[in-house]
Amino acid sequence: MNDSRGSAPDARKIKIRLENLSKRFPGQSQDAVDSLSMEIPEGEIVILVGPSGCGKTTTMKLINRIIEPTSGRIFLDDEDVTKVNPDLLRRRIGYVIQQIGLFPHVTIADNIATVPKMLGWKKDRINVRVDELLETVGMDPGNYRDRYPKELSGGQRQRVGVARAMSADPDVMLMDEPFGAIDPITRDRLQNEFLRLQEQIKKTIIFVTHDIDEAIKMGDRIAILREQSHIAQFDTPERILVNPADDFVADFIGRGASLKRLSLSRVRDVELHQWPTTQDGASHDDVRRLLEASDKTAVLVLDNQQRPLKWVNAEHLQRAGDGVALSDIGLPAEAVVQPNATLSDTLNEMLTARYSTAIVVDSSNAYQGIVDIDTINETVRSMRRAEQARLRPDEADDEVGS
Amino acid sequence: MTVAAPSDETGATPIAHGASTAPPRRGGRSLWGYLFMPVMLTSTLIALYFYVQSRELSPGEANRINSDAILSATWEQIELTVVSTLLVLAIAIPMGILLTRPFARSITPPAIAVFNIGQAIPSIGLIVLLAVVWDIGFRPMVVALVAYTVLPVLRNTMVGLRQVDASVIEAARGMGMTKRAVLVRIELPLSVPIIMAGLRTALTINVGTATLGALVGAGTLGKLIVAGIVQNRQLILVVGAILVAVLALLVDYLASIAEEQLRPRGL
Repeated sequence: MNDSRGSAPDARKIKIRLENLSKRFPGQSQDAVDSLSMEIPEGEIVILVGPSGCGKTTTMKLINRIIEPTSGRIFLDDEDVTKVNPDLLRRRIGYVIQQIGLFPHVTIADNIATVPKMLGWKKDRINVRVDELLETVGMDPGNYRDRYPKELSGGQRQRVGVARAMSADPDVMLMDEPFGAIDPITRDRLQNEFLRLQEQIKKTIIFVTHDIDEAIKMGDRIAILREQSHIAQFDTPERILVNPADDFVADFIGRGASLKRLSLSRVRDVELHQWPTTQDGASHDDVRRLLEASDKTAVLVLDNQQRPLKWVNAEHLQRAGDGVALSDIGLPAEAVVQPNATLSDTLNEMLTARYSTAIVVDSSNAYQGIVDIDTINETVRSMRRAEQARLRPDEADDEVGS
Repeated sequence: MTVAAPSDETGATPIAHGASTAPPRRGGRSLWGYLFMPVMLTSTLIALYFYVQSRELSPGEANRINSDAILSATWEQIELTVVSTLLVLAIAIPMGILLTRPFARSITPPAIAVFNIGQAIPSIGLIVLLAVVWDIGFRPMVVALVAYTVLPVLRNTMVGLRQVDASVIEAARGMGMTKRAVLVRIELPLSVPIIMAGLRTALTINVGTATLGALVGAGTLGKLIVAGIVQNRQLILVVGAILVAVLALLVDYLASIAEEQLRPRGL
């Protein structure tokens, strides 16, 4: 990849262009951001990632001029916005920070309505928009619009923060460690929700994080920055993982690169296996016949909408009397994932549930098939083989052994 | 906790729907909490009235203790309190805003030092000094009160503005609010509780200190106290002292209600 430094390799429309952007804070002998040039394609999530103090947050804040650049130029849609009125510029760019910064003295609805009000929208239009956004981020408008921020949990505040940033439907959003202050379980969920949302809204998003795993999961493209915001590598997550530009990048990605690759493959990319299933109402004899006919030791019981309920094996049948409904015996059908879950998430679910299979369901939670641990193992192996073929032979030993 | 059911977190809020639709109650005092002070003050005044009625007043006492004299003295005291407090607001709040802006960082300490002088001098000294070098009556009294109470309001305004969460301001600026809008719609509302606490302090000091106006010809209920001492008439002294105390408690009570009512919801 000759052009992997600083510019996007394909021909998508460039949304934001930074040209020799520099920032030196007063009283400092060195630039915090030194002559950064970068092109950000439309509709992608571009991650700025790097060790602390590398200038990634400063770089992001230069784009909406919360920090004014010392020199260089910023183009938004080919328009030079380096000198335009910064307040008007910021109303065109969504902004989410780690601490969220909801206004504690106004309601959730008023928080979300901040930018539309400044843009002079009519009241009806604002109300409709607020309800729509609350629904988009999975919060019931009737329940939440008149609450105050302190009445919400951390995850809910984060959702409101994202809704507020999207309120006037900006093309571009800047997000500074938006999920940084949230517990890991909620963070994972918010990340997945956000990715699903992005599939619909297709915003151009600049996303700052110090967490390479989050970068790999969230990014269409990742810019790995070293000190003074020098770009070490700017490329897709796949290519960065497979082909780190130098030792700094390789170090930053870390040793667990194989495992990280699991974050790149999604359930929909692997072949699903089928499993014997039966309906909740089926008789115990039906189940026994199914078990005999298959090489599996348990059947999956589904409800009348094809949603997984239970795993039932021969022993469960034996212990329960003949009349007991299938939904009352067996083990709970845990480790359920949707096709857009990453294999890493899937593995996680399996380990949490202590099952060696994960059940795949569609968006209405209806059974689709299963992914088992062997499938995941095979995927890791094939990715490693593909990559070893590309790597120079002397580096092949460096890869993590199983 | 499965990836397939991502939205259960928002559904599982412990707060009941019915409770959330009712507007949050302000203040949080019971009815008795609101009534206690007015009832107590009114009963004190009624008791004082009957006590005075039961006494045979000497001409000197009747001259001081009659409704005209008392009402005008009370009015003088209220006027001094209100005018000086309004002036304090007009000076201290804009000053507090200016001194917390980034460009004023270097002049903040000397400015505070100047306002500190006003509070460091004992108020009675300042009042007498002004009467000697300038004038007697209403105006020097107002100046003395203002000099004495600018500092608490100024300091609270600055503390109030500075304690506003920096991330809230950054978010507001990041969304394209002008500096002025951030000040008016974010910073000031969020510092109201602390500014109001300073204002309440100023009001209470002013209503009490205004009593000293009697010494420099500004009238007030202090006249009764001074007359009581000078003429050695216990009754006039007691009436004056009780009325001053009742007025001060009433002002503080009203200020406490204002403090509760003006506190923004959601804090």
